[in-house]
Amino acid sequence: MTLQAYLTLAAMLFCIGLFGVITRRNTIGILLGIELMLNAVNINLVAFARFLGDVSGMVFTVFTICITVAEVALGLALVILIFRIRRTAVADHLDLLKG
Amino acid sequence: MSLEPIAFWGLAVVLLASSLAVVLTRNLFHSVLYLALSLTATAGVFLSLDAEFLAAVQLLLYAGGVVTIAVFAIVVTERLVGDRITQTSRQILTGSILSGALLVALLVVFRRGPLTVPRPTVTGDLTHAIGQSLLTSYVLPFELLGVLLLVALVGALYFARPDD
Repeated sequence: MTLQAYLTLAAMLFCIGLFGVITRRNTIGILLGIELMLNAVNINLVAFARFLGDVSGMVFTVFTICITVAEVALGLALVILIFRIRRTAVADHLDLLKG
Repeated sequence: MSLEPIAFWGLAVVLLASSLAVVLTRNLFHSVLYLALSLTATAGVFLSLDAEFLAAVQLLLYAGGVVTIAVFAIVVTERLVGDRITQTSRQILTGSILSGALLVALLVVFRRGPLTVPRPTVTGDLTHAIGQSLLTSYVLPFELLGVLLLVALVGALYFARPDD
């Protein structure tokens, strides 16, 4: 397959993830959308690394995967904490900063 | 006729369908299960790009770790709130327009760019090359990543601790 095919696949995946982030109301749902978007970025990195014959892209993918795992662990811990205090999972209900 | 295009198209269909299911299903728990399928399909895409090591990391960390954490968070919050885990979506029109416009823009860029590079043949072991690169050119980011993971996990533990 060509590089263009991989990039198109990743672009579609990214846009699906963006759609999820915009439309979901539940905080965990929004985090899942962010996962999809990061996944698309990883596919792009690996595809470019493979087609340009440079292994740096794959090393960067290792970094992004680890950072994503850290982000998810912290994000979900925050969601649990917010649940405990506010008793809600819906992002629209977290409007404490509204004047 | 090689097997590679068939594998690619099969993986692409599974990946896009399961991703759409992640953002469209009403049941949050099913959403996480579809995310696991989508992440596994991504590991397959990595395999089709000759990155076996990354496919293994993807399965272990993402499909194993992230999905477990997400299921755990759903179970905990479900117990705290006590109602069904259905979720509704809002602003579907805005979301469709924004993501559709982004997709069209990206596809136009891909059509214009000189992206017809031939796929080079694999020379040597890619996993070996990744390891060598990690511990020579990228050794500082690699060590910082270890610190970041430690800080993030300790932080997550602190936030999610039981009330005194």
